[in-house]
Amino acid sequence: MSEPLLKLTDVSKSYGATAVLHDISLEVRPGEVLCLLGDNGAGKSTLIKVLSGFHEPTSGTFEVDGKPATFKSPRDAGEHGIACVHQFGGTFPLMSIGRSFFVGAEPTKGWGPLRRFDRKFAGEVAVREIRALGITRVTDGDRLVGGLSGGERQALAIGRAVYFGANVLILDEPTAALGVKEAAHVLRIIMQARQKGIAVILVTHNVTHAMAVGDHFAVLIRGTLAADFRKGERTREEITDLMAGGEAMAELEAEIEAYQREHAGQVPDPAELEQLADHQKPTA
Amino acid sequence: MAPVHTSTAPASDGATVPSESRGAALGNLVRRPETGALIGTLSVFVFFAIFGGSQFLSAGGTASWLNVAAELGIIAIPVGLLMISGELDLSVGSVLASSSMTLAIVSGHWGAPVGLGILLALGLGLLTGFLNGLLVTRTGVPSFVVTLATNFGLAGLTLGLSRVITGTTSVAIDPGSPAKELFGTLLANKFEVAIFWWIGVVLVVGWMLHASRYGNWILAVGGDTVSARATGIPVPKVKIALFMGSALGAALVGVIQTLLYNSAQVANGQAFVFNSIIAVVIGGVLLTGGYGSVVGVVLGTLTFAIVQQGIYYTGWNSDWASLILGILLLAAVLMNNTFRKMALSYAPKRKA
Ligand SMILES: Nc1ncnc2c1ncn2[C@@H]1O[C@H](COP(=O)(O)OP(=O)(O)OP(=O)(O)O)[C@@H](O)[C@H]1O
Ligand SMILES: [Mg+2]
Repeated sequence: MSEPLLKLTDVSKSYGATAVLHDISLEVRPGEVLCLLGDNGAGKSTLIKVLSGFHEPTSGTFEVDGKPATFKSPRDAGEHGIACVHQFGGTFPLMSIGRSFFVGAEPTKGWGPLRRFDRKFAGEVAVREIRALGITRVTDGDRLVGGLSGGERQALAIGRAVYFGANVLILDEPTAALGVKEAAHVLRIIMQARQKGIAVILVTHNVTHAMAVGDHFAVLIRGTLAADFRKGERTREEITDLMAGGEAMAELEAEIEAYQREHAGQVPDPAELEQLADHQKPTA
Repeated sequence: MAPVHTSTAPASDGATVPSESRGAALGNLVRRPETGALIGTLSVFVFFAIFGGSQFLSAGGTASWLNVAAELGIIAIPVGLLMISGELDLSVGSVLASSSMTLAIVSGHWGAPVGLGILLALGLGLLTGFLNGLLVTRTGVPSFVVTLATNFGLAGLTLGLSRVITGTTSVAIDPGSPAKELFGTLLANKFEVAIFWWIGVVLVVGWMLHASRYGNWILAVGGDTVSARATGIPVPKVKIALFMGSALGAALVGVIQTLLYNSAQVANGQAFVFNSIIAVVIGGVLLTGGYGSVVGVVLGTLTFAIVQQGIYYTGWNSDWASLILGILLLAAVLMNNTFRKMALSYAPKRKA
């Protein structure tokens, strides 16, 4: 197995008095897709914000390529080759494709005071990179990003990260708002990035998507790393249960079914459902 | 990976040949933030050319709205830039008054060189802008509130200090040459030199927003601050610089007015607070940021000035000017929304 690109040891993060992440240790390897799973509020977005320099961890250490590193800002993380597409897009709806592709790293032409943004080059490169990811509908770099579909926007963001030489690509729920076809396309793009030797960290709530592309899975439950395993080590049911926060979904479903049988097909009302769920919780 | 497109795409649908092609001309117009503003400016101009008659079209008539536009424009352009980055500045009124009073007190009341007074006036503007920016970026309090507070605070400070120092609220100044010629004279007895300052501001800011890389930063900050930060843009620095820009514009108009009228009043300038926002919004800048152009703001400013001055040439009661401006503002926003939607959905036609 290859050396880890990124290694976290005992990373914790609190927002003021609320501790959100507890002693997370993780290794991220090149050419692998790490799926970060967990229920709403488990701390997935927080973990990747720490990874991408948005928040400094409260404690714990980072190593990049075996060397200790600290990220004080997203720029620091970027300099270490870590690119993040945050939840809900990460592109600029009213900017042109070319402009938004190069935000923060604008190509210029001309000299001295006449140095100016190279719109033509930016548009051409952006369109080329997006098309290289198989999105052939995009042909005009002057189009506004807001007119693209969700999948096309994800492709723009991923294409951008790849173009600027990211070796760790972090995607927060890139398939969340997408239809089946677009989601499949985004997964294919993720596999393409993986093939280039990029380490991909993928946050998702979708078991099918996770199992389709994941090499390595990490499950967060209430801010702790509850499970860390490789492809094939767990069944689909086990993963589903872990993602639901450790509650046995399958059993819960079975109980609902049993309830329905007893009550002539009637669905349990919320209070009763709660009781069923409580009954499921591991007594800690 | 990269060469994939070159061999396949152009044959099928003319990829990589952006916008320049024939069919795209209309689309390019629709995609520009100033299209709605242009229609607005042309409409009000034609309207007042008809109802205001030859007087409105004469040199004197033209000067009257150009002068108003120039003073408003020097403030509206940097305020527009700030609004594109997603922030508001309601403090320009007091910045104008305070720099105006500073110049009059330093060089009029105390008799120091006019150059020094101008520098201090502009410096005070920059300092206020810096404080606005610092407060907004450090505390996260919306700029609407921060600059509203600055506007009141600075107004009180200006009034209080003026009374303490001079005993009045209006101070005279005799600018002399060359300050008078540079800032506060009338060319051909009609046109303020401020018009040239305005043109200068338009050129510099236009270059900055549309040609330099910083323009891209400003659009990005206004479009999505979190993503902008993720790309490494120093968001707080950009915002602080923009607050300093709008305050500098207001301070410059303070200097211009003081040297033009040879006096300063503490109550000057408050009209610019909302007038600049009206001009910017009519000009197609999105109030929530991320979209807009300098040409649009120029057109919005012209529209505003033409309505405000044009009404005098119609012979109607000038009270109606505000009504027209109110309706125009609403119509402009609706029209700009429509154009923005068209811009978003516009895609070049694909050949089958
Ligand atoms: N800035 C903040 N201040 C305080 N608490 C926060 C902050 N951001 C997140 N939290 C809390 O941290 C916890 C983890 O949030 P996070 O956004 O990381 O969850 P998530 O796993 O990404 O959830 P989802 O799947 O819904 O996106 C939540 O309980 C949330 O309320
Ligand atoms: Mg999240």
